[in-house]
Amino acid sequence: MNNDETDTRGRPPRKRLADSMIENRHSAEPRKPSAAIDEARLRQQAIGVRLRQMFDEVVNEAVPDEFLEILRRGDSKAENN
Amino acid sequence: MDVETPKRPERSSTDDEGFKKGLVQLIPHLRAFARTLCGDPTQADDLAQDAVMKAWDARASFQMGTNMKAWTFMILRNQFYSEKRRSWRQSQLDQEAAERTLVAVDDPEAPVALDELRQGLAMLPAEQREALILVGAGGFAYEEAAEICNCAVGTVKSRVSRARRALHAILDTGDYDRDGASAGDAMRTILADAERLSTVR
Repeated sequence: MNNDETDTRGRPPRKRLADSMIENRHSAEPRKPSAAIDEARLRQQAIGVRLRQMFDEVVNEAVPDEFLEILRRGDSKAENN
Repeated sequence: MDVETPKRPERSSTDDEGFKKGLVQLIPHLRAFARTLCGDPTQADDLAQDAVMKAWDARASFQMGTNMKAWTFMILRNQFYSEKRRSWRQSQLDQEAAERTLVAVDDPEAPVALDELRQGLAMLPAEQREALILVGAGGFAYEEAAEICNCAVGTVKSRVSRARRALHAILDTGDYDRDGASAGDAMRTILADAERLSTVR
Protein backbone atom coordinates (compact mmCIF):
# COMPACT_ATOMS: atom_id res chain seq x y z
CA MET A 1 0.00 0.00 0.00
CA ASN A 2 1.37 3.42 -0.85
CA ASN A 3 0.86 6.51 1.21
CA ASP A 4 -0.73 8.60 -1.47
CA GLU A 5 -3.03 11.33 -0.27
CA THR A 6 -5.07 11.71 -3.39
CA ASP A 7 -7.42 8.76 -3.21
CA THR A 8 -9.96 9.61 -0.58
CA ARG A 9 -12.69 7.05 -0.96
CA GLY A 10 -10.76 3.85 -0.67
CA ARG A 11 -10.77 3.36 -4.40
CA PRO A 12 -7.60 2.17 -6.03
CA PRO A 13 -5.49 5.09 -7.19
CA ARG A 14 -6.02 5.94 -10.82
CA LYS A 15 -2.40 5.45 -11.77
CA ARG A 16 -2.27 1.92 -10.46
CA LEU A 17 -5.48 1.15 -12.28
CA ALA A 18 -4.06 2.46 -15.52
CA ASP A 19 -0.92 0.41 -15.00
CA SER A 20 -2.86 -2.76 -14.46
CA MET A 21 -4.90 -2.09 -17.60
CA ILE A 22 -1.74 -1.77 -19.61
CA GLU A 23 -0.31 -4.90 -18.08
CA ASN A 24 -3.45 -6.82 -18.86
CA ARG A 25 -3.81 -5.58 -22.39
CA HIS A 26 -2.38 -8.69 -24.00
CA SER A 27 -3.60 -11.26 -21.55
CA ALA A 28 -6.25 -13.75 -22.58
CA GLU A 29 -8.65 -12.72 -19.81
CA PRO A 30 -8.66 -8.93 -19.53
CA ARG A 31 -9.87 -7.65 -16.15
CA LYS A 32 -13.03 -5.63 -15.91
CA PRO A 33 -11.95 -2.63 -13.88
CA SER A 34 -15.40 -1.07 -13.67
CA ALA A 35 -16.91 -4.17 -12.08
CA ALA A 36 -14.01 -4.39 -9.66
CA ILE A 37 -14.44 -0.74 -8.71
CA ASP A 38 -18.18 -1.21 -8.17
CA GLU A 39 -17.47 -4.18 -5.95
CA ALA A 40 -14.89 -2.30 -3.90
CA ARG A 41 -17.21 0.68 -3.56
CA LEU A 42 -20.06 -1.54 -2.41
CA ARG A 43 -17.87 -3.12 0.22
CA GLN A 44 -16.66 0.24 1.48
CA GLN A 45 -20.25 1.46 1.66
CA ALA A 46 -21.15 -1.62 3.66
CA ILE A 47 -18.38 -0.93 6.15
CA GLY A 48 -19.51 2.69 6.32
CA VAL A 49 -23.06 1.69 7.16
CA ARG A 50 -21.80 -0.62 9.89
CA LEU A 51 -19.51 2.01 11.29
CA ARG A 52 -22.34 4.51 11.61
CA GLN A 53 -24.56 1.85 13.12
CA MET A 54 -21.94 1.08 15.76
CA PHE A 55 -21.57 4.78 16.61
CA ASP A 56 -25.31 5.48 16.60
CA GLU A 57 -25.90 2.56 18.92
CA VAL A 58 -24.12 4.50 21.67
CA VAL A 59 -25.64 7.84 20.60
CA ASN A 60 -29.10 6.34 21.06
CA GLU A 61 -28.40 5.01 24.54
CA ALA A 62 -30.03 6.85 27.43
CA VAL A 63 -27.63 9.40 28.91
CA PRO A 64 -26.61 8.42 32.47
CA ASP A 65 -27.75 10.83 35.20
CA GLU A 66 -24.17 11.67 36.13
CA PHE A 67 -23.84 13.81 33.02
CA LEU A 68 -26.81 16.02 33.82
CA GLU A 69 -25.64 16.13 37.44
CA ILE A 70 -22.41 17.75 36.23
CA LEU A 71 -24.33 20.56 34.58
CA ARG A 72 -26.60 21.00 37.60
CA ARG A 73 -23.50 21.39 39.75
CA GLY A 74 -22.12 23.81 37.19
CA ASP A 75 -25.29 25.87 37.53
CA SER A 76 -25.12 26.23 41.28
CA LYS A 77 -21.44 27.13 41.02
CA ALA A 78 -22.28 29.88 38.55
CA GLU A 79 -24.97 31.25 40.87
CA ASN A 80 -22.64 31.32 43.85
CA ASN A 81 -20.08 33.37 41.96
CA MET B 1 -4.78 39.77 19.76
CA ASP B 2 -8.16 41.19 20.76
CA VAL B 3 -7.47 44.71 19.54
CA GLU B 4 -10.86 45.03 17.90
CA THR B 5 -12.78 44.28 21.06
CA PRO B 6 -10.97 45.76 24.04
CA LYS B 7 -14.08 45.58 26.19
CA ARG B 8 -14.59 42.21 27.76
CA PRO B 9 -18.22 41.31 27.21
CA GLU B 10 -19.99 40.09 30.30
CA ARG B 11 -21.51 36.65 29.97
CA SER B 12 -25.19 36.70 30.57
CA SER B 13 -27.16 33.84 32.04
CA THR B 14 -28.94 33.47 28.69
CA ASP B 15 -25.55 32.79 27.07
CA ASP B 16 -24.96 30.06 29.62
CA GLU B 17 -28.44 28.70 29.09
CA GLY B 18 -27.91 28.46 25.33
CA PHE B 19 -24.51 26.92 25.79
CA LYS B 20 -25.85 24.36 28.19
CA LYS B 21 -28.65 23.38 25.83
CA GLY B 22 -26.14 22.79 23.08
CA LEU B 23 -23.87 20.84 25.37
CA VAL B 24 -26.68 18.57 26.59
CA GLN B 25 -27.56 17.73 22.99
CA LEU B 26 -23.96 16.77 22.31
CA ILE B 27 -23.56 14.42 25.29
CA PRO B 28 -24.73 11.29 23.40
CA HIS B 29 -22.22 12.02 20.62
CA LEU B 30 -19.41 12.66 23.08
CA ARG B 31 -20.18 9.33 24.77
CA ALA B 32 -20.03 7.54 21.42
CA PHE B 33 -16.73 9.16 20.49
CA ALA B 34 -15.27 8.37 23.91
CA ARG B 35 -16.35 4.74 23.52
CA THR B 36 -14.40 4.45 20.27
CA LEU B 37 -11.31 5.94 21.93
CA CYS B 38 -11.44 3.95 25.19
CA GLY B 39 -13.24 0.78 24.28
CA ASP B 40 -14.23 0.16 27.88
CA PRO B 41 -17.72 1.70 28.44
CA THR B 42 -17.08 2.76 32.05
CA GLN B 43 -13.78 4.42 31.23
CA ALA B 44 -15.39 6.02 28.21
CA ASP B 45 -18.14 7.59 30.32
CA ASP B 46 -15.55 8.91 32.78
CA LEU B 47 -13.73 10.51 29.87
CA ALA B 48 -16.93 11.96 28.41
CA GLN B 49 -17.91 13.37 31.82
CA ASP B 50 -14.52 15.02 32.19
CA ALA B 51 -14.94 16.51 28.74
CA VAL B 52 -18.41 17.87 29.57
CA MET B 53 -17.01 19.41 32.74
CA LYS B 54 -14.08 20.96 30.89
CA ALA B 55 -16.35 22.29 28.15
CA TRP B 56 -18.63 23.88 30.73
CA ASP B 57 -15.73 25.48 32.57
CA ALA B 58 -14.31 26.79 29.30
CA ARG B 59 -17.66 28.08 27.99
CA ALA B 60 -16.42 31.68 28.06
CA SER B 61 -13.84 30.83 25.40
CA PHE B 62 -16.39 29.27 23.06
CA GLN B 63 -17.58 31.54 20.30
CA MET B 64 -21.32 31.18 19.90
CA GLY B 65 -22.24 30.36 16.33
CA THR B 66 -19.12 28.30 15.65
CA ASN B 67 -19.14 24.51 15.51
CA MET B 68 -19.78 23.40 19.06
CA LYS B 69 -19.67 19.72 18.20
CA ALA B 70 -16.15 19.97 16.78
CA TRP B 71 -15.12 22.13 19.75
CA THR B 72 -16.32 19.62 22.34
CA PHE B 73 -14.86 16.66 20.42
CA MET B 74 -11.52 18.44 20.42
CA ILE B 75 -11.73 18.90 24.20
CA LEU B 76 -12.57 15.23 24.68
CA ARG B 77 -9.75 14.09 22.43
CA ASN B 78 -7.20 16.35 24.16
CA GLN B 79 -8.39 15.05 27.51
CA PHE B 80 -7.98 11.47 26.33
CA TYR B 81 -4.42 11.93 25.11
CA SER B 82 -3.27 14.04 28.06
CA GLU B 83 -4.52 11.34 30.42
CA LYS B 84 -2.70 8.73 28.38
CA ARG B 85 0.50 10.74 28.50
CA ARG B 86 0.24 11.25 32.24
CA SER B 87 1.38 7.73 32.91
CA TRP B 88 2.26 4.79 30.79
CA ARG B 89 0.58 2.62 33.39
CA GLN B 90 -2.69 4.14 32.43
CA SER B 91 -2.25 3.11 28.81
CA GLN B 92 -1.49 -0.39 29.96
CA LEU B 93 -4.79 -0.36 31.81
CA ASP B 94 -6.46 0.93 28.67
CA GLN B 95 -5.10 -2.01 26.79
CA GLU B 96 -6.39 -4.45 29.36
CA ALA B 97 -9.75 -2.73 29.36
CA ALA B 98 -9.88 -2.89 25.58
CA GLU B 99 -9.18 -6.60 25.69
CA ARG B 100 -11.87 -7.07 28.31
CA THR B 101 -14.31 -5.20 26.09
CA LEU B 102 -13.51 -7.31 23.07
CA VAL B 103 -14.21 -10.38 25.14
CA ALA B 104 -17.35 -8.81 26.58
CA VAL B 105 -18.92 -8.06 23.19
CA ASP B 106 -18.21 -11.60 22.14
CA ASP B 107 -21.58 -12.89 23.27
CA PRO B 108 -23.61 -15.15 20.98
CA GLU B 109 -26.57 -12.75 20.87
CA ALA B 110 -24.52 -9.89 19.43
CA PRO B 111 -24.63 -9.39 15.67
CA VAL B 112 -21.57 -11.14 14.32
CA ALA B 113 -20.44 -8.54 11.82
CA LEU B 114 -20.58 -5.69 14.32
CA ASP B 115 -18.41 -7.65 16.69
CA GLU B 116 -15.88 -8.23 13.94
CA LEU B 117 -15.97 -4.62 12.87
CA ARG B 118 -15.05 -3.64 16.44
CA GLN B 119 -12.17 -6.07 16.43
CA GLY B 120 -11.05 -4.86 13.03
CA LEU B 121 -11.15 -1.25 14.27
CA ALA B 122 -9.13 -2.23 17.33
CA MET B 123 -6.37 -3.45 15.02
CA LEU B 124 -5.97 -0.08 13.28
CA PRO B 125 -3.40 2.49 14.45
CA ALA B 126 -5.09 4.98 16.82
CA GLU B 127 -4.78 7.98 14.50
CA GLN B 128 -6.34 6.07 11.60
CA ARG B 129 -9.13 4.78 13.78
CA GLU B 130 -10.11 8.19 15.13
CA ALA B 131 -9.98 9.79 11.66
CA LEU B 132 -12.23 7.09 10.24
CA ILE B 133 -14.67 7.37 13.15
CA LEU B 134 -14.90 11.16 12.93
CA VAL B 135 -15.47 11.23 9.18
CA GLY B 136 -17.20 7.90 8.67
CA ALA B 137 -19.49 7.83 11.69
CA GLY B 138 -19.35 11.21 13.45
CA GLY B 139 -20.50 13.12 10.38
CA PHE B 140 -17.57 15.54 10.32
CA ALA B 141 -16.11 17.05 7.17
CA TYR B 142 -12.41 16.41 6.57
CA GLU B 143 -11.69 20.03 7.53
CA GLU B 144 -13.49 19.66 10.86
CA ALA B 145 -11.79 16.35 11.61
CA ALA B 146 -8.44 17.99 10.88
CA GLU B 147 -9.25 20.73 13.37
CA ILE B 148 -10.26 18.18 16.02
CA CYS B 149 -7.11 16.09 15.50
CA ASN B 150 -4.90 19.15 15.18
CA CYS B 151 -3.40 18.09 11.85
CA ALA B 152 -3.54 18.98 8.16
CA VAL B 153 -6.62 18.19 6.06
CA GLY B 154 -4.49 16.08 3.71
CA THR B 155 -3.29 14.03 6.66
CA VAL B 156 -6.86 13.27 7.71
CA LYS B 157 -7.76 12.30 4.15
CA SER B 158 -4.84 9.94 3.89
CA ARG B 159 -5.52 8.42 7.34
CA VAL B 160 -9.18 7.81 6.48
CA SER B 161 -8.24 6.30 3.16
CA ARG B 162 -5.65 4.01 4.69
CA ALA B 163 -8.01 3.05 7.51
CA ARG B 164 -10.72 2.09 5.01
CA ARG B 165 -8.37 -0.04 2.98
CA ALA B 166 -6.88 -1.71 6.04
CA LEU B 167 -10.28 -2.42 7.55
CA HIS B 168 -11.49 -3.81 4.28
CA ALA B 169 -8.47 -6.09 4.07
CA ILE B 170 -8.82 -7.22 7.70
CA LEU B 171 -12.51 -8.05 7.32
CA ASP B 172 -12.07 -9.64 3.93
CA THR B 173 -9.38 -12.08 4.98
CA GLY B 174 -10.76 -12.69 8.45
CA ASP B 175 -7.42 -11.52 9.75
CA TYR B 176 -8.72 -10.53 13.18
CA ASP B 177 -8.25 -12.40 16.42
CA ARG B 178 -11.09 -14.79 16.45
CA ASP B 179 -11.07 -18.52 16.39
CA GLY B 180 -13.58 -20.58 14.54
CA ALA B 181 -14.71 -18.02 11.96
CA SER B 182 -13.71 -18.70 8.40
CA ALA B 183 -12.02 -16.09 6.27
CA GLY B 184 -14.33 -13.82 4.31
CA ASP B 185 -17.36 -14.58 6.49
CA ALA B 186 -17.17 -11.20 8.19
CA MET B 187 -17.29 -9.33 4.92
CA ARG B 188 -20.17 -11.42 3.63
CA THR B 189 -22.18 -10.80 6.79
CA ILE B 190 -21.44 -7.09 6.64
CA LEU B 191 -22.52 -6.89 3.02
CA ALA B 192 -25.75 -8.73 3.71
CA ASP B 193 -26.54 -6.59 6.73
CA ALA B 194 -25.69 -3.36 4.97
CA GLU B 195 -28.01 -4.27 2.14
CA ARG B 196 -30.80 -4.94 4.58
CA LEU B 197 -30.13 -1.70 6.49
CA SER B 198 -29.95 0.45 3.39
CA THR B 199 -33.36 -0.75 2.23
CA VAL B 200 -34.85 0.10 5.62
CA ARG B 201 -33.47 3.63 5.69
